Amino acid sequence: MSLKLKALTKSIWVYHLCVGGSCNNCDIEILDLLTPRYDVERFGIMLVGSIKHADAILVTGSLSLKAVERVKRVYEQATKPCVVIAIGACACGQGIFAKGPVTPNPVDSLLPINIYIPGCPPKPEAMIMGIVKLIKKLTDKK
Amino acid sequence: MRLLFNFLIFPGFLFTAVVGLVASWIDRKVTARVQWRVGPPWYQPFMDLVKLSIKEITVPRDASKPVFFMAPLVGLSAAILASTFIWLPNINLSAAGFRGDIIVILYLLTLPAIALILGASSSGNPLAAVGASREVKLVLAYELPFILTLLVPIIKSSGLIKLSELIAYQGINGAFVSNASGILALLVAIFCMQAKLGLVPFDMGEAETEIMGGVYIEYSGMLLAIFKLTKTMMMVALPVFLSTIFWGGFSIWKYVVLLVIIVLMRNTNPRVRIDQAVRFFWGKMTMLAAVAVLLAVLGM
Repeated sequence: MSLKLKALTKSIWVYHLCVGGSCNNCDIEILDLLTPRYDVERFGIMLVGSIKHADAILVTGSLSLKAVERVKRVYEQATKPCVVIAIGACACGQGIFAKGPVTPNPVDSLLPINIYIPGCPPKPEAMIMGIVKLIKKLTDKK
Repeated sequence: MRLLFNFLIFPGFLFTAVVGLVASWIDRKVTARVQWRVGPPWYQPFMDLVKLSIKEITVPRDASKPVFFMAPLVGLSAAILASTFIWLPNINLSAAGFRGDIIVILYLLTLPAIALILGASSSGNPLAAVGASREVKLVLAYELPFILTLLVPIIKSSGLIKLSELIAYQGINGAFVSNASGILALLVAIFCMQAKLGLVPFDMGEAETEIMGGVYIEYSGMLLAIFKLTKTMMMVALPVFLSTIFWGGFSIWKYVVLLVIIVLMRNTNPRVRIDQAVRFFWGKMTMLAAVAVLLAVLGM
């Protein structure tokens, strides 16, 4: 594995993007990952506040009409290479908001999603497993 | 040629950067252990740096581009120069330094903060502007007591302002920290060091949870890597500087003691507001520094 790819996979800074209607449950499970019990900092994963620093965008919630423009703008500002991870039933499919009047679009109609982590909310173990699978996928391809 | 080598490789850029990255790993690891976590592996800061340097650089549309690109370089070169000047007398006492190099080092240690302010305010981001304004106030707050503490060794050595002469003086007469005035001055200087490094409880310019990285918010890729590198180099330069002027020269255990104080202070305190920080530095700390200077004049 080249140093470049190793650096990219060993130091993933994540940005947490809640696109419109989220019940906050997935967001709290994401925060759980950073607590001492799961401690993803030992893999180099850190939560950052600015999209300019991010290597991975964690998308939660179902995409509302108002959020479409904003999400597009945030994704355009992300520094590439950057992966998008959809977390939770709402971001993967549309969850219970599938027939909602203000959430007609699935998230993957707007963003190029690299991996889906289903669950309502997914357990922190499932998220770690998802990220491991994503890293395997990225490193085998090159 | 030897100067270039000193500047770029041995005590200057490369050496200080590597020591600083290891120190920042120690910082993160100890923080993790304090919080009952495992913490990152030793190569984590290196990986972060490599990763940041291969990422895309985005420039905001409203940014003033020359200042936006120059600011990290100004900060980095100041940190390199400062650490070279601080290391050289510690390695070879006779050859290094010039008369008045303490004053030059004092200016150079302020420059990274100034560069950060320049870069943040040129980026055109409102949150970066908030961070920059806080950083300006913080610089104004901590510089006064810091300069007052530097007067203590100068007064006690009756007017030596060359780093190597100060080390030699302390080698003969004992470290300044063995006196009452020296202890007080070192105490104030440690607080000022914490603020200069921009670590909790004085990280209101950055304030990840509040203004999303503040001064760093618009920086990405290589430029952010340079800022992070500057910060880690300051994490070497400042403790070594303090142990040089107050504690009779550099040694590894003195550096480790100062580093552990920094890390523990960072882990046991919440972030203070900017007005609290200014009141702290201009009130208590300046008072203590003034008492230290007074004691030094009285010869204690």
